[in-house]
Amino acid sequence: MSKLEEMKISNHNLSELEKDLALNGEVESTEDIVTEELAIHFGPQHPSAHGVFHAIFHVKGEVVTKIEPDIGYLHRCFEKIAENRTYTQFIPYTDRMDYVASMTNNWAYCMAVEKLAGIEVPERAEYIRVIVGELQRIASHLVFLSTAGSEAGALTPFVYFFDEREGILTLYEKICGARLTYNYIRIGGVRADAPEGWLDDTLAFVTRLKKRMYDYDRLVLGNYIFKKRFIGVAPFSAEQALDWGLTGPPLRSTGVSYDVRRSDPYSVYPRLEFDVVVKYKGDNYDRACIRSDEIKQSIRIIEQAIEQIPEGPVKADGIAKVFKPAAGEGYGHVESPKGDLGFYVVSDGTTKPYRVKIQGPSFGNLQALPAMSEGTYIGDVVLTLGTLDPVFGEVDR
Amino acid sequence: MLSSTKLLEFASNYGIPVWALDGAIAIVFAVVLFAICAISVIINVYLLRKISADFQLRYGPMHVGWHGSLQLFADAIKLLTKEDIFPSNADRWIFRLAPVVTFVPAYLGFLVLPIGHGIVIQDLNVGLLYILAIPAIGVAGIIMAGFGSYNKYAIIGSLRSAAQMVSYEVPRALSIIGIVMIAGSAKLSSIVGAQHVWYIILQPIAFVVFLVSTLAEINSTPFDLPETESELVNGYYTEYSGMRFMFFFFAEYVALFAAATLTTVLFLGGWHGPGPEYLGPIWFTIKTFAMIWVIMWIKWTLPRFRIDQVMDLGWKVLLPLALINVLITGLVMMII
Repeated sequence: MSKLEEMKISNHNLSELEKDLALNGEVESTEDIVTEELAIHFGPQHPSAHGVFHAIFHVKGEVVTKIEPDIGYLHRCFEKIAENRTYTQFIPYTDRMDYVASMTNNWAYCMAVEKLAGIEVPERAEYIRVIVGELQRIASHLVFLSTAGSEAGALTPFVYFFDEREGILTLYEKICGARLTYNYIRIGGVRADAPEGWLDDTLAFVTRLKKRMYDYDRLVLGNYIFKKRFIGVAPFSAEQALDWGLTGPPLRSTGVSYDVRRSDPYSVYPRLEFDVVVKYKGDNYDRACIRSDEIKQSIRIIEQAIEQIPEGPVKADGIAKVFKPAAGEGYGHVESPKGDLGFYVVSDGTTKPYRVKIQGPSFGNLQALPAMSEGTYIGDVVLTLGTLDPVFGEVDR
Repeated sequence: MLSSTKLLEFASNYGIPVWALDGAIAIVFAVVLFAICAISVIINVYLLRKISADFQLRYGPMHVGWHGSLQLFADAIKLLTKEDIFPSNADRWIFRLAPVVTFVPAYLGFLVLPIGHGIVIQDLNVGLLYILAIPAIGVAGIIMAGFGSYNKYAIIGSLRSAAQMVSYEVPRALSIIGIVMIAGSAKLSSIVGAQHVWYIILQPIAFVVFLVSTLAEINSTPFDLPETESELVNGYYTEYSGMRFMFFFFAEYVALFAAATLTTVLFLGGWHGPGPEYLGPIWFTIKTFAMIWVIMWIKWTLPRFRIDQVMDLGWKVLLPLALINVLITGLVMMII
């Protein structure tokens, strides 16, 4: 083949290529390259989706421009099921809502029914409820800290926090026989008194944890890279937080001091001394720090409760397994680890509730995800989702 | 090692053509290198599992073999017998070639590494350039993997990887210039030979820059962005399974080993150590594994950066540091 022919061929190829480019669009020089938004499906099975969460991220390069959350994969019709179960029978179902913090779910539901039926809870039972409830808060926040670390890429703290949580699960196993779905708090009290030595074990556990929290704070929250990833990312103002209906740590991180334990005191909390932890920037770092500080406050509460706990019965007298409260309504809400968890129970005078409405804090908090994290990086969205700490059993119910 | 003149004599005596001799030698060395790579991967994976277990209050593998020492073989058999899944829209050839293109450069890097005094397969006079340039080709394989698997997670992961590798290649290369200036050679064996004082002492800034950019280069924490399991599921090898996944896995550990050996050669005095010269390879191995331990220590302690922070660190911190190091080295050499 002659040189000339070769050149012809290569020229021919070149013009073909140009035609191709012209057909495919606007590419002439690098300045005219058109980039498109990419829609990534985050979940439903994604390692950091905290359960079964599906969202569509519209990304421009690494920046997320729009998030379309899509929930409902864990919907199990709990509110409807409640209408077909007796009041006592529904307690195990509440365990399955926020499965990281089952105790507080039991508690909120039982409180609502107690208000509805006008049941007085013995004092010892209230103290035990406070102790297990605060242990549950510690356990839930430990899970938060571990996942926050692992989402940021640090896998070692994950194991440390789960190891601590193991201590709480062991305590729960001793008191109610279960490690995840406790079904321990009953209408009018708790199922059984704490076994012998349990309170001492609990005290020993929280004393040890109190010492270790110092190291954990330095390991995770004090880490340079962790700070760099979390500080200033996805900030929320107090107005925004109130508009979106946030509760719990995400709300308190914006400077709003709303804690059901103080705002609408229940159980024996008025007798216990503790601070409502409030932070002001409302960014990811504040949302993370607030949980670590709340662990320390919970330890304080547990120590006082163990000191003050009286002897006596742990269940109100005369509550049958099946009972008929008078027609009416009751609303009970507690400060669950995730926020303000409320149960609204309506009775029509039969053995089964006429209607149960559940207000889950995870659902409210998750709503703010798009508003918080649009315009941040893909990696930040994952962290923001983590700091909102939703549990999808509670979001979907 | 046999000297080449002796070999040539041997060949001419028996009438063996030179090309055949070259070929045979090449094959022998390739097999030996591959064996070294494989053994290093076996040891590295076992170490990684045990070290990470130590950090995390666990035992690590315990059931297969003594203290789980045969676990890796069980894993390899499992991966080999797994179904080889092709994503339906994958670009078949690119998808197939990607693991090989990632693995081969990592493996070729060992060609110029002096393990002991005079123990080196090919002592190139531009060995340093070679060992920086060749393993960097591996990024092509990662991009191919991301492009070929027709998966959005994979493509984002591979693009992250490309951005990261290109950015960190610059400070990494610049950090070594100080060493070349002191040693007066780009030949790895002469660099080691010149290290009567380890260069980690003479070039501390260079060591820090080199270590950090090496971590970025081998996609290790805090720069494991291309494979962030919490964001991109597994980044560029999300779609790979079985044998092909094993290749990526293999390449990753070979790259880790290569990075540790190169750090040993450049900063930790290579084969130098107390005792007679034939202990050189042993000292070399000890130093290499100490380096691997440091990398794993970092890996299991730190969280990861965000992509823009990675870029910032590379261009705004490490690059100026590396340039300053060159300047300081130059000034000091001028004065002394």
